[in-house]
Amino acid sequence: MEFLIVQTLSGISFAAILFLLASGLSLIFGVMNIVNIAHGSYYMLGGYIGISIFWKTGSFVLAILGAGLSIAIVGIGMQRFLLRRYFEHYPQVLMTMGFALIFRDLALLIWGGDPLSFPAPAFLQGSIHMGEIVFPVYRLFVIALSTAVAIGLWVFNEKTSFGASLRATVDDNEMARGVGINVPLVSALMFGLGAFLAAFGGVVAAPFFGVYAGADFEILPLAFVVVIVGGMGSLKGAAVGSILVGLVDNFGKALVPDLSYFTLFLPMAIVLAIKPTGLFGRK
Amino acid sequence: MITEFRVKISGIIAAFILLVILPPTLPSYWLTILTQMLIFGIMAMSLDVLMGYMGRPSFGHAAFFGVSAYAIAILSTRYQVGFLGCVATGFLLATAIAALYGLLVAHAAGVYFLMITLALGMVIWGLAFRWVTMTGGDNGIAGIPRPDLGIPISLDDPIVFYYVVLIVFVIVLFLLFIFIHSPFGQSLMGIRESESRMRILGYNTWLHKYLGYVVAGAFSGISGILWAYYNGFVSPMDAELTASFEVFLMVILGGPGTLIGPALGAGIIVFLKNFISAYTHRWLLIIGAIYILTILYAPGGVMELGIRFAKGGDKE
Repeated sequence: MEFLIVQTLSGISFAAILFLLASGLSLIFGVMNIVNIAHGSYYMLGGYIGISIFWKTGSFVLAILGAGLSIAIVGIGMQRFLLRRYFEHYPQVLMTMGFALIFRDLALLIWGGDPLSFPAPAFLQGSIHMGEIVFPVYRLFVIALSTAVAIGLWVFNEKTSFGASLRATVDDNEMARGVGINVPLVSALMFGLGAFLAAFGGVVAAPFFGVYAGADFEILPLAFVVVIVGGMGSLKGAAVGSILVGLVDNFGKALVPDLSYFTLFLPMAIVLAIKPTGLFGRK
Repeated sequence: MITEFRVKISGIIAAFILLVILPPTLPSYWLTILTQMLIFGIMAMSLDVLMGYMGRPSFGHAAFFGVSAYAIAILSTRYQVGFLGCVATGFLLATAIAALYGLLVAHAAGVYFLMITLALGMVIWGLAFRWVTMTGGDNGIAGIPRPDLGIPISLDDPIVFYYVVLIVFVIVLFLLFIFIHSPFGQSLMGIRESESRMRILGYNTWLHKYLGYVVAGAFSGISGILWAYYNGFVSPMDAELTASFEVFLMVILGGPGTLIGPALGAGIIVFLKNFISAYTHRWLLIIGAIYILTILYAPGGVMELGIRFAKGGDKE
């Protein structure tokens, strides 16, 4: 029983990280029809930049903001100067792949090949004891943080006028242009927001996963599976998919460590067999 | 049209003659590079079936390469299985994985296809990396012996191994050429152009795409077998995303849908990789830049670029 509860909680804390990546990935896809291969790189670079800022300043909040904003600028730059010039999908996707390789190598060049890590903020260290169950406070904090982000995204998407423009752009790009929505601006901001969230995830995950070159391509398929399972362009899908994939991955690691990555195959296969567009996919 | 075809054919024949007569005169360093070029050429051509002819670019093609390479490595080092058993198992396993994966990807198109193949490809990497008792994890498996064919010629000799690879390459090129120009291959191209039209014409497009995917996976498996024997060592790097990206670039660089173009692209990439590695470790940085530059300036591949230059380099 303790095993079940602890594993479920750590699965959900992983899901919290995945959601930060997948929500951005899914929304970027919804708005621009781009699959951003460099999204895992944003996560990894965010972690590295966060660690560097933390070492310099000792501030967790500054690490998150600094990493998030600098990666957001990188993302917007990519979108404005290169991706936007193409209307077909493939050149865009391929270009993000080129960036993913460049980012990996830059990370190796700047931060070296050894895994880095930094401690959770002092007030979030330690564990909660409830009977037999022992669970790190920091992981609970991550779950709360990601939930807050999810609620924030939902409010932003459903209740603000920018959210309305965003939804209009997702539904029908041309009509959105026609009614006077500044689609290029919406696209750029979405790309920036997605990049911010991925970097945010990278910093938040660093205290328990560490940061290393290779994290980019290790997390990217997981985020993809979330989007495949949840459905493209759907925030709800990203949330449900994250929880599903987080749990499967975590129980896989705990029960069959040898085949852990392989267990991901299962939810993906099942969903693709039943509903090829994902649980909440529209297209 | 006829003349362009003739130019191509004579180019191929000239290249083939060079590949046959030149190697004995080459230093062993160039011989190994040439062998690598041919092995990855096979892999790039197999991906071209998907990308160029079926219009389904895949980001997980290294999976099949990895599966057969690992099968050879595990069987020959741990279970001392003979040559035929290794090759048959490696090939069948890669084909079986392709047949399984095909069930999940055959319905998909566009970016969806990319995402699913990427995730499925990384599942194989995950097995190679985490299933330590079987695959040796991050350390990989070393010491794969060159096969004993039961004939007096030893494959340990680089030049002999080169010629074996060359023969396999030519056979694969021939088979894929036949495949693509068969009615089946033509209908794959039909699907690339307009799937709905093909469906209306009565083609079972799902089955066509499925079989096309399995064929591509099976041929990629052949290159994995050659690689395991050539390199004597396999590691998760062989099935990682960067490996899938590299073969993808080979096809893009050479020109999708030209079959021989991707083999040429493989040659260029293998050459650059070896050449650049001699001077710097920044291979990923350079290959990433090549990617972006290719898409900016040669979206149709070097073959098309060459034709454009020959026509006076005018931009349309």
